[in-house]
Amino acid sequence: MNKFFERRYVVTGIFIAIILALLGRLYYIQIVDDKYEIYANSNVRRTTILYPARGPILDRNGKILVQNEPIYDVTVNPKEVKPFDTLLFCKMIGIDKEGFDKRFAKAKKQSPNTASVFEKQLSVQLYASLQEKLFEFPGFAIVPRTIRTYPDSVAAQFLGFIGEVTDRDIKRSNGYYRLGDYIGVTGVEKAYENVLRGQRGVQVQMVDSHGVPKGSFANGALDTVPRSGERLTSSLDVDLQRLGEKLMQNKLGSIVAIEPSSGEILCYVSSPTYDPNLMVGRQRGNNLAKMYNNPYKPFFIRPIQAQYPPGSSFKPLSALIALQEGIVNPGETYYCTGHYRAGNRLVPCNKGEAHGSVNMSRAVAVSCNGYFSMVFQRIVDRYGVKNTEANFTAWRNNVMKFGLGARLDLDMPAESRGNVPTPLHYDNVYKKGGWRSSTIISLAIGQGELLATPLQMANLECTIANRGFYYKPHLIKAIGTKNVIKKEYVEKNYVGIDSGYFEPVINGMQAVVENGTARRSKIPDIIMCGKTGTAQNPHGEDNSVFVAFAPRDNPKIAIAVVVENSGEGAHWAAPIASFIVEKYLKGKISPRESGITVDYYANANRLPDLSLYAQDLQKERRRDSIRAAKVDSIKKFKADSIKKFKADSIKKERRESAYNNKPANWIKSLTGGRARS
Amino acid sequence: MSTQQRSFFFNVDWLTVFLYLVLCTIGWFNIHAAVFDTNHPSIVDASTNYGKQFIFICVSVVIGIVILLLESRFIAALAPAFYVVIVLLLILVLVIGRNVGGNQAWINMGGGFRLQPSEFAKFATCLLLARYLSGTNIRVTEPKSFLTAAVIIGFPMLLIMLQPDTGSTLVFCSLIFVLYREGLSPYFLVIAGLFITLFVTSLLYNPLYIILILAVITAFIIFLFKRNRQLIKTVIIGLAISIAFIFSVKFIYTHVLKKHQTERINILLGITTDLKGKGYNVNQSKIAIGSGKMWGKGYLHGTQTQYSFVPEQSTDFIFCTVGEEWGFAGSLTVISLFMFLILRVILIAERQRSPFTRIYGYGVASVLFFHVVINIGMTIGVVPVIGIPLPFISYGGSSLLSFTMLLFTLIKLDSNRKSNV
Repeated sequence: MNKFFERRYVVTGIFIAIILALLGRLYYIQIVDDKYEIYANSNVRRTTILYPARGPILDRNGKILVQNEPIYDVTVNPKEVKPFDTLLFCKMIGIDKEGFDKRFAKAKKQSPNTASVFEKQLSVQLYASLQEKLFEFPGFAIVPRTIRTYPDSVAAQFLGFIGEVTDRDIKRSNGYYRLGDYIGVTGVEKAYENVLRGQRGVQVQMVDSHGVPKGSFANGALDTVPRSGERLTSSLDVDLQRLGEKLMQNKLGSIVAIEPSSGEILCYVSSPTYDPNLMVGRQRGNNLAKMYNNPYKPFFIRPIQAQYPPGSSFKPLSALIALQEGIVNPGETYYCTGHYRAGNRLVPCNKGEAHGSVNMSRAVAVSCNGYFSMVFQRIVDRYGVKNTEANFTAWRNNVMKFGLGARLDLDMPAESRGNVPTPLHYDNVYKKGGWRSSTIISLAIGQGELLATPLQMANLECTIANRGFYYKPHLIKAIGTKNVIKKEYVEKNYVGIDSGYFEPVINGMQAVVENGTARRSKIPDIIMCGKTGTAQNPHGEDNSVFVAFAPRDNPKIAIAVVVENSGEGAHWAAPIASFIVEKYLKGKISPRESGITVDYYANANRLPDLSLYAQDLQKERRRDSIRAAKVDSIKKFKADSIKKFKADSIKKERRESAYNNKPANWIKSLTGGRARS
Repeated sequence: MSTQQRSFFFNVDWLTVFLYLVLCTIGWFNIHAAVFDTNHPSIVDASTNYGKQFIFICVSVVIGIVILLLESRFIAALAPAFYVVIVLLLILVLVIGRNVGGNQAWINMGGGFRLQPSEFAKFATCLLLARYLSGTNIRVTEPKSFLTAAVIIGFPMLLIMLQPDTGSTLVFCSLIFVLYREGLSPYFLVIAGLFITLFVTSLLYNPLYIILILAVITAFIIFLFKRNRQLIKTVIIGLAISIAFIFSVKFIYTHVLKKHQTERINILLGITTDLKGKGYNVNQSKIAIGSGKMWGKGYLHGTQTQYSFVPEQSTDFIFCTVGEEWGFAGSLTVISLFMFLILRVILIAERQRSPFTRIYGYGVASVLFFHVVINIGMTIGVVPVIGIPLPFISYGGSSLLSFTMLLFTLIKLDSNRKSNV
């Protein structure tokens, strides 16, 4: 045998050892270590999120308030592009050759093998003509998207708008939203985000090493189909809303009209308003900034965020509580001397002119401060002065049953509470036991610390119209195609007043419109019951308030109108309310005995002087640390826009129609120059 | 005549032929998967690489049969002539060769086929080495014989180095196993192992630590074998050479090796990571193999393979397809087949009476072993990427043909083992 025979074992041993080592490594990579499988999947899987269409919103009659309009993006996949008629293509999508080259270079840089957006938001017309010729342009494709559009441009504060999610939204949603997603920012878009947004779908595709799609992953086992957002039917009446916005243009204030038999809000005007279409599309950012800098604050949702002392419109409520508590009976008379003495305070009534002998209905009709001060003192002093706090607390609870001083849980974000002062508040101001019914006597006539939102005022009228209960006011009547109604909206909320006590109060309210302060706003053939009010406004002229419901029997509509800086309720709020009510009940507006017309009120300008308003605003914003940075822009705004605004329309119009600032003589003659109610 | 023919038939080592055919078939199917083209789904479509591979396999089998029909005596006799032809071709390729991927390694044969002489150089060198060492009075242990053998191996290495094809050059190093089997001092193996270890460790760690460790080991050996002066002398000389080598590593690394070579080594050792650039290939290769798990994703269902994440997958990185589509089970099968083949070749070598066939057999085993280990090793990131094919499996006519000739020559020689050559 040959020499070194035993060396075969050494060589074999080395070979086997090394091959086993190789196998060991393979075992580790293929079986023990899972990371390669994950890498392989991330190599080959491309997950695309399919966005569902956002739900549309209809008005109560099925007219469209918001819908999705298709727009078309042109995409290009540079790899698939073959020579084509560039000039024709440019002409078709409305760009020049230079623009084409720039866009194409950008798309190529972004991704040479997959499609990227070439031109955004093509109109339907351009789309239609391009679609026909698309086969001549290999590599180009049209991708449909949707944007929100508002055919009637109404109810901006109700509808709100959508915007890209913020980091906070993403965090709060536990990662549901991703960067670049849209979310409801305000209004119904925010309140019903979960319903409107629908359900996203996912498409998992396989791509090759160049990112070119190669078909669905695992035969689509991981894919889900997007589900469109639910349709919302709002309670608003588009015609009424449009009329309301017309009447309120160039004014600050709000209109809230509710159907008493359901709590459905028919009209929800916040003025000044804006065209919701401005919150969509390429100019959105600029428009948004303009709105924020507008001193009249169009984003301030006055129906639920503005809080006013209800003033005389509060008196029917006082009367009802007194009746229920057995403090007065409707026929009992009170002799008004023109003022009311409470302790050492003197409450003026009717500018010092005596009403003479008034019963409850009459007191409501003429808005007698004396009568209601008397009633209030009787309630609060009911079980002796020593029990003032307990008596007051009982009164407060009764008031709050009407939905004052707490949120009504409207289905919208950012509702204010209003205010019904607590005993604690007075303890802090005066000291415990240091206040009496006379100290807080201004509450009797709806002044003092009382604050209510227009929504709360309108809800109060619903309660009176229903003789003792209300449904939670709401803006969305039904959800989805199945018209689901939230359970809480069909429950009656009783306010603890027996229905029998309402008649004397309603009689008084009817008299307000028939022959009282609001008689100019009487609607032919309709019995409207209302109450004017004048709410004190620290910023300037008083706010004009009118609340009403109609018709008297089987009421169909309850309404609250506030026109800021406009003085007495009878002059501005009442006529506006009467038009809304008539339009809703009759479908048209008939000529009035008093000669008032919609056009007159629609054209009147009651905007406060901008320079004063801007100063107020500036103070406010300085307090607001978040907006502190914007002071500069306000200054600039002041410089620019004061010139602009002052110079044109406002100032000019004011000079021309000076009677707009003070009640005109003819109004004085009708109200006898004394209506301060 | 008839008895002779029957004995020839029975003397052919059919097990080896079977292993060869199985590996070729596996290769063909995996090439089909690696470059699968939906426009040409047929596995025998000659316009595709898998169709061409089928032709190569057919041609190789024919060549194999021709070799089996040759007269054994011619093989040993023609070895020097064949060697000379190959050397001339290697020189020729440097002059008129076609440069593909940075290597001037191909001679255009027309008809879309190219010849890669370096693939055949292994075969020729094995033959000539066997012929020389089997000569009478030739002892590898003698310096003169050793140097002659080194020249036989070194000359084609030098020519291939000039192309420059590092991978094919390094294949010749595997012939050290042949020399070892024929009597070369085991120190050569130890020293080779030591140098590789030192090279890698001194790149990874501070050379001073390595010298410290070596010094401690030396001290320990001296302490253990105080009496053995000879050993102490050897160990101390070894230590000195090691230290010198460690300090020269940095120089070799920056001046001798080419930039792409150092980059590949850096990536292998994890000194740098560059998954998008230089390290892309190995990283994608590991992903493809690693994602195969136990049973693989199935034939033509490997996502990484089908969507071409691994470059050069049908040639040097063909093992990715095996790993991804057939999983660890497939890897184990292929590696086991190779191991059986190599061990079978060693067994064949050892059963020869003729030293020529034995030496040649060891050459075949060494070359196969080196190719398999380096190729698979580079796809799973344990050796640097040097482009050498996986025998019988990688796409390529020259490679398949040369390995066929290598193996079938051995089978032929083995079939004559009973008659004295």
